Amino acid sequence: MRDGDIRRRRHTVIAQLEDRPGALNRVVSRCRQRGFDIESLVVGRSETPGLLRMTLVVDGNTDAEQVVRQLGKLVDVLDIRDVSDEDTLVREMALIKVRWDADRRTPITEVVRAFRARIVDVSPASVIVEVTGDEGKVDALVRLLQDYGIIEMVRTGRLAMLRGPAPSHPPLEPLEETYESCPVPQPR
Amino acid sequence: MQMTGAEMILEVLLREGVEVVFGLPGGANLPLYDALPRYFPRIRHYLVRHEQAAAMAADAYARVTGRVGVCFATSGPGATNLVTGIANAWMDSVPVVAITGSVVRSLIGRDGFQEADITGITMPITKHNYLVRDVRDIPRVLREAFYIARAGRPGPVLVDIPRDVQQERAEFEWPEDVRPRGYRPPVEPDPREVERAARLIAESDRPLILAGHGVILAQAYDELRELAERANVPVITTLLGISAFPPDHPLYLGMPGMHGMHWNNLAISEADLLIAVGMRFDDRVTGRLKDFAPRARVIHIEVDPAEVGKNVRPTVTLLGNARVCLRALNGEVRYKERSEWFARLEVLRREYPSLVYPDDPVEVRPQYVIQKIYEMTDGDAYFVTGVGQHQMWAAQFFRGRRPNSFITSGGLGTMGYEIPGAIGVQVARPGDLVWAICGDGGFQMTCPELATVAENGLPIKFAIINNGHHGMVRQWQQLFYRGNLVASRLRNPDFVRLAEAYGILGLRAVRREDVPAVIDRALRHEGPVLIDFRVKQDENCYPMVPPGASLQETIGLPEAYRVLDPKSSAVEVES
Repeated sequence: MRDGDIRRRRHTVIAQLEDRPGALNRVVSRCRQRGFDIESLVVGRSETPGLLRMTLVVDGNTDAEQVVRQLGKLVDVLDIRDVSDEDTLVREMALIKVRWDADRRTPITEVVRAFRARIVDVSPASVIVEVTGDEGKVDALVRLLQDYGIIEMVRTGRLAMLRGPAPSHPPLEPLEETYESCPVPQPR
Repeated sequence: MQMTGAEMILEVLLREGVEVVFGLPGGANLPLYDALPRYFPRIRHYLVRHEQAAAMAADAYARVTGRVGVCFATSGPGATNLVTGIANAWMDSVPVVAITGSVVRSLIGRDGFQEADITGITMPITKHNYLVRDVRDIPRVLREAFYIARAGRPGPVLVDIPRDVQQERAEFEWPEDVRPRGYRPPVEPDPREVERAARLIAESDRPLILAGHGVILAQAYDELRELAERANVPVITTLLGISAFPPDHPLYLGMPGMHGMHWNNLAISEADLLIAVGMRFDDRVTGRLKDFAPRARVIHIEVDPAEVGKNVRPTVTLLGNARVCLRALNGEVRYKERSEWFARLEVLRREYPSLVYPDDPVEVRPQYVIQKIYEMTDGDAYFVTGVGQHQMWAAQFFRGRRPNSFITSGGLGTMGYEIPGAIGVQVARPGDLVWAICGDGGFQMTCPELATVAENGLPIKFAIINNGHHGMVRQWQQLFYRGNLVASRLRNPDFVRLAEAYGILGLRAVRREDVPAVIDRALRHEGPVLIDFRVKQDENCYPMVPPGASLQETIGLPEAYRVLDPKSSAVEVES
């Protein structure tokens, strides 16, 4: 992830995966094999037991259609779509550990309040700031906090969900056709 | 019914219609081998000498039968020895199920003796793979493996089963429908796209069909021929598309690409429409991609959505099984006279000959051997090749009469494929003639399998095109590495005596006049035969598109071949 680079075009791909051993490995392995440049990858449980949801962000130079098709072929990937041009809600969370003393107290608290971030841990010499927002907001906060000395930072990467009532992935259609309707060549 | 994991494996194989398995036992799959005799002879097992041959023989068996090929190997080195064969099946879309034994569950991840993370290793070269940790999962997992191997674009699937899982007992429960919800390959094309494709064909004045392995995998020979004849479009077949279309058909133009017909490479550059059926625009076909088919629109008929737009962006896409797509398209196309295009193709064929070679009175020309084999078998055989110059000549001069009779390693380019490949084909087609056209380099990569051939009395005819070199390597060194021949010269064993050591008839041809006689002798011999053809050592394979060059830059046959009068001193084999 490139710090501060918020204007650069990226592709956001979301997917539904089987919650099985190796599923994530297959996704990452295929990305590596095909040279897709992963900027961030978030995977976690979904509302449905046995199904994971994934948000994958790839470099703007990567062919997003190939990403969708190459990953869509994986048996563990149930549905996948490029939502870069869709109306999505995008969030990222960061924890930022900042130096903390009497002089820094007021300015840091003000910055945190302005960003609707929170101070979630305080020690004599440091605080941890928790912030949630799109990358731009997180990047902006990081830039401001840099003046006070960032000890360390951890970010989740982008999470995306379609806005509005529709689910991001269509419900699974039952398999209706019989085996025969998937033409397997007849032995000759 | 209660049974062990090993019995479950074999029970599933039976129910999936598996008759033949290629494999090699070892510590981690001994329970499977222990149970195997109880399934003889419904399941036949062919013992190979190296697991790579098991995977390659299963691959070739699958290619000729259209069924799933099956191979067994033990854990660790047994499993890793399968890798080249699995990668071969992966690149050429061949349905193979590899069943490996694994170390017992308690040792997994602890570097147990003969442990290898084979599911991790084969992840990028299988459609899917499994590590079975519960004996009750075996029927479902294995059946799913068979389904995935052959559905959509076929390919290999690996199932790794720990030794103790093979030994455990449980109730055998047969799952009827195992189709995974996450894998739904397209079957039938969008009818609107079919109409658009038909319109493009109707508008086209200079169309070409490029037919690939997808035609063979879908057994769409009749449908391909119907499209060509109905729409009056000439047919080019890729290396793996060879034998999808009758080579003596007036619409047939042969192979394109790096060692394809010169006329095809120029015709592709002039075409206004390419109808690509079950092919993936491999770099050996396209040459430099940005100059490929500059004037052509493209109809891509393809079962794997990820292949669409990967290399070439089509105007129209028919997603689905090649046979289903072609049937749909054939219902929409009409005959169109294209006399100017056919006249132009005739001119190209005349001006850029690609199948001529000197009629050498003494030395054995490799092209002559291959042409003679086709001629003397009347093309009524299966032809299995290795990889290299001999493969390209075998492809160029192909005259087989049966659909799906040219079995070769395309995408991976696996030298040594010819011996296990021929074993797989002969096992699948016991009553038919099988010729393995071999390179002297590749032959030595898998020649211990001559023991498998001899042990099973497989009457394969091995023709070693012996030029004493890794011929294609030498050719590249000559052309692109200043003639600096490094590690391409071979000091070969006496192949005739090698054959004899295995109890196989060994023959040799040193001069041109020997060639018909030894082929005839081989054809009259009932068992396996090996022929050492001592061919001209410095013969190079042309036409050739230099690596990185465009099809328009094809290097034609050497001037000396072309100035010869075909009637007097050169062999002219163009139809």
